[in-house]
Amino acid sequence: MVIHSSMKSSQSIAKPAVITTPNDTEIRVERSFDSPREAVFRAYTDPKLLIHWMGPRKYKMTIEQMDVRPGGRWHFTHIDTDGTKYGFHGEFREILRPERIVQTWNFEGMPGESLQTALFEEHNGRTTVKSIVKFERKEHRDGMLASNMESGLNEGYDRLDELLRTTH
Amino acid sequence: MNDDTLSATFQAVADPTRRTILSRLAQGEATVQELAGPLPISQPAVSKHLKVLEKAGLIERRREAQRRWCRLQAKPLREVAVWATEFQQYWDESFERLDELLKKERDARP
Repeated sequence: MVIHSSMKSSQSIAKPAVITTPNDTEIRVERSFDSPREAVFRAYTDPKLLIHWMGPRKYKMTIEQMDVRPGGRWHFTHIDTDGTKYGFHGEFREILRPERIVQTWNFEGMPGESLQTALFEEHNGRTTVKSIVKFERKEHRDGMLASNMESGLNEGYDRLDELLRTTH
Repeated sequence: MNDDTLSATFQAVADPTRRTILSRLAQGEATVQELAGPLPISQPAVSKHLKVLEKAGLIERRREAQRRWCRLQAKPLREVAVWATEFQQYWDESFERLDELLKKERDARP
């Protein structure tokens, strides 16, 4: 299954991330950037840079902890315009500059910890970041992908999309 | 929406048979027999799925004479969908911002 995410934005020049589900417990997210991988890797691992891009613009972001080394903890919070806080935290498992980051990922309040592996591949000065998000249980993965209910690109959830419209 | 509800909703919709049941119920109320008809599983198995859906608050059941009716309660599904759509948009908007950040860096160091 391939999902092309459908960000409705005035900046439609940006290529949407391609999200796939290769098996029952994984989500893969792939996106290319017009920069060498050293620069992209830095943007992922330097909190001074991360704070400028992680999350939607409308959120304020605070980085409570970011200890970029194996065993190091990370923790950041998004604050919505109404003051609602969304916390994320985990642990770095592997840091191989500028090729690979392995880290655990928890969305506070959501069930299931995931293990995320980000691979940085450079071709002709462009970098493709492939993130593989591995969940412990299929339900947790499916919860993350429940957006299919709205985008209607998955056979099973396709019908749920209908369901959501008809029962509005 | 609390975590338990969210979790129960996810588990309920993770199963293809239960999604088929929900789709059928989206067209209107149905009896247990009508739901079981097109499914390649026994009626007791269907009843088990209905129990899971009821526990997750996704369906309501009632009895009328000899018939057992099921009706969809879509609110928990909508809540999951709203949450998950935001998750998907989260990454697209983040990556757009990363594009801008990287462009600034490239412009600063030609």
